[in-house]
Amino acid sequence: MKLSKSLLALVAAAGLASGGQALAAGEGAGVIDHDWSFEGPFGTFDRHQLQRGWQVYSQICSSCHSLDLLSFRNLGEPGGPEFPPEQVKAMAADWLFPVVTVDEAGDPAERAPVPSDKIPGPYANEQAAMAANGGALPPDLSLITKARAGYHGIITQILEGAGGPEYVYSLMLGYPEEEPEGFDAGGLNYNRYFAGHRIAMGQQLYGDDVEYQDGTEATMEQEAADVTAFLAWAAEPKMEARKQAGVRNIIMLILFAVLLWYSNKKLWRPVKYGESA
Amino acid sequence: MGGIPQDHYEPKTNAEKWIHERLPIGDLLGHLNNFPTPKNLNWFYVFGGILAVCLVIQIVTGIVLAMHYTPHVDYAFESVEHIMRDVNSGWWLRYVHSNGASFFFIAVYLHIFRGLYYGSYKAPREILWIIGVLIYLLMMATAFMGYVLPWGQMSFWGATVITNLFSAIPLVGDSILTWLQGGFSIDNAALNRFFSLHYLLPFAIAGLTAMHIWALHHVGNTNPTGVEVRREPEKTKKDTVPFTPFYTVKDLFAIVVFLIFFAAFVYFMPNYLGHTDNYIVANPLVTPAHIVPEWYFLPFYAILRSIPDKLFGVLAMFAAIAVLAILPWLDWSRTRSGAYRPIFRQVFWLFVLCCIGLGWVGAKSPDDPIYASTTHTEYESVEEAEAARAEILSADKGASVSIHETIDFEANDGVGKVHYELTETHFAFRVIHLGQLLTLFYFAYFLVILPLLGLVERPRQTPESIEAAFAAKHGKKRDGVASPAE
Repeated sequence: MKLSKSLLALVAAAGLASGGQALAAGEGAGVIDHDWSFEGPFGTFDRHQLQRGWQVYSQICSSCHSLDLLSFRNLGEPGGPEFPPEQVKAMAADWLFPVVTVDEAGDPAERAPVPSDKIPGPYANEQAAMAANGGALPPDLSLITKARAGYHGIITQILEGAGGPEYVYSLMLGYPEEEPEGFDAGGLNYNRYFAGHRIAMGQQLYGDDVEYQDGTEATMEQEAADVTAFLAWAAEPKMEARKQAGVRNIIMLILFAVLLWYSNKKLWRPVKYGESA
Repeated sequence: MGGIPQDHYEPKTNAEKWIHERLPIGDLLGHLNNFPTPKNLNWFYVFGGILAVCLVIQIVTGIVLAMHYTPHVDYAFESVEHIMRDVNSGWWLRYVHSNGASFFFIAVYLHIFRGLYYGSYKAPREILWIIGVLIYLLMMATAFMGYVLPWGQMSFWGATVITNLFSAIPLVGDSILTWLQGGFSIDNAALNRFFSLHYLLPFAIAGLTAMHIWALHHVGNTNPTGVEVRREPEKTKKDTVPFTPFYTVKDLFAIVVFLIFFAAFVYFMPNYLGHTDNYIVANPLVTPAHIVPEWYFLPFYAILRSIPDKLFGVLAMFAAIAVLAILPWLDWSRTRSGAYRPIFRQVFWLFVLCCIGLGWVGAKSPDDPIYASTTHTEYESVEEAEAARAEILSADKGASVSIHETIDFEANDGVGKVHYELTETHFAFRVIHLGQLLTLFYFAYFLVILPLLGLVERPRQTPESIEAAFAAKHGKKRDGVASPAE
């Protein structure tokens, strides 16, 4: 069994070495740690938070950022904000941007979206988006919490995840009232958490930007957390189904492993210790 | 040498006889089931079975994924997200397949290290070993092309970096590169051929696996003692147990434990082994800050980057794999198992550390300092910092000096203050230097240390038979049990 002991020691040593590095590297980035309801193997989304987050997205973010991979129907599906079907229909019909299509004569036309439509974005194409934003392209937000990292390093990411939601949350709150002394944003905006600290997007959340339907007080932190949670769901709409399946599946595998362990022991006993044992 | 004696299959029922006269498949299945397997195999011998399961998982999930995937630069990324969002259990298929690749490599690395430690490559198993190296090579090609298919930023830039390696070949390099890519850059033609080959190669792996098992059943398993199974039928029975049920149950237990770890990743951290940049759609105009290959390529990536010359770097990287294929002729020791080789054992663990170290090096920036005599000085303005830089460089031309804008967030009662931090380095031991040392050790292990050890090492006495070693190991407990005298 020496081989296995040495192997364990090696893995532990490698883990420690890389972990130390990871922690050292993570200090500079320093995103705001936030406790999300959807963290950990049993974490789920908070329906009310997702609904509030949709309010923030639809009333503020959507004027520049698309959500191309989502359809209105997703907003009513299990594991998400779970808006009632009638409300989904109304939200689609009232959406700011039309679906671009063709009419019966084959001429370009526009119509109001229905729940099965993808959520139309604010711009016709990337060129239009850049032209409207001083050359900067507002990224699509469908996968943003999975496409950004707030935490780095082998061990940190095992414990905390990649920290995409923390990064988005921090970015929303990264605009102080006063820029640091001696800072030249060069026509852009200062953001504490953006790489290089110069970002095209200006501050969007100040608090009281939306009036929450559930009566929650719309502080800046609340809005940032809500819209981040909503985007985390948008990036991973099957997260709850995945974790539930995982718990079931792993319990089953462990039971199976226990049965096999004892079967294997029983099977080998006569071979190892003689027929009589 | 030849096969190990075992009982032959006898058809019993009329139906069995009818089939047997037309196709002796019962012979084959009977042979596989009853195959005499050394009874002293330890837990490091379970990875072959685990790998077979990995291959089946990847092929089955892959075939279903291909039903929903679109290999076109405009649709590939979206079609993967369509699988994640709209296909029934699509998220499961996709996460099992993407994490399955990583777990396939975890298993294959443990399988290879087991072979290295117990001398599984030595005569008469050279061809068995070389088939294994070919499987590993095909696995790497398949995994590389599979990673390109989601068409994220890392897919695109990884493919660009790796295919560009071929341009290092003198004279014809650029032509080969264009031929490989099907154009002058990674684009739709490359994506299409990668998809086609990614679908094809697993079946080539399956074919080679069949040959790997065929060769294994011809020469027999190794075992921790390195002593061969005795071929006289009566003695064979004392050294071995039939594969079924003894190793089917043991391997199945190992497979289920492996699946528990696998499931933990699939269900609870499915993106841990991936890179966040791959959730950004490929963009040829934006280069990611760090282009990093998948973790299982990192040691080879480190070897590639350790050598400043592109052509020699590429050669070294391929040589690092090729050297495995000639290993049977580099290790001259007559003792097969590392357990009986006092010096080899220690060097082997250094080699394992070396491979892990190379993996770490591959993940880092080559210029990152590991140890450096560095001083940091803060300046209020760029001009002051620039003046200081000029002064340092005039005193020591070899110094490396960099200036970064840094913000002290705590200064000015939390408002913050901009500094210009000058980092002055006169001596540094960098990641690339460690990579070079480890690369040297990697090749020295195969080309110098193993041949030399064969000449100078005095191995310990190996047991006279598997039966004897097995009895010695389990004898103690038998004494404790009140059993009738033999």
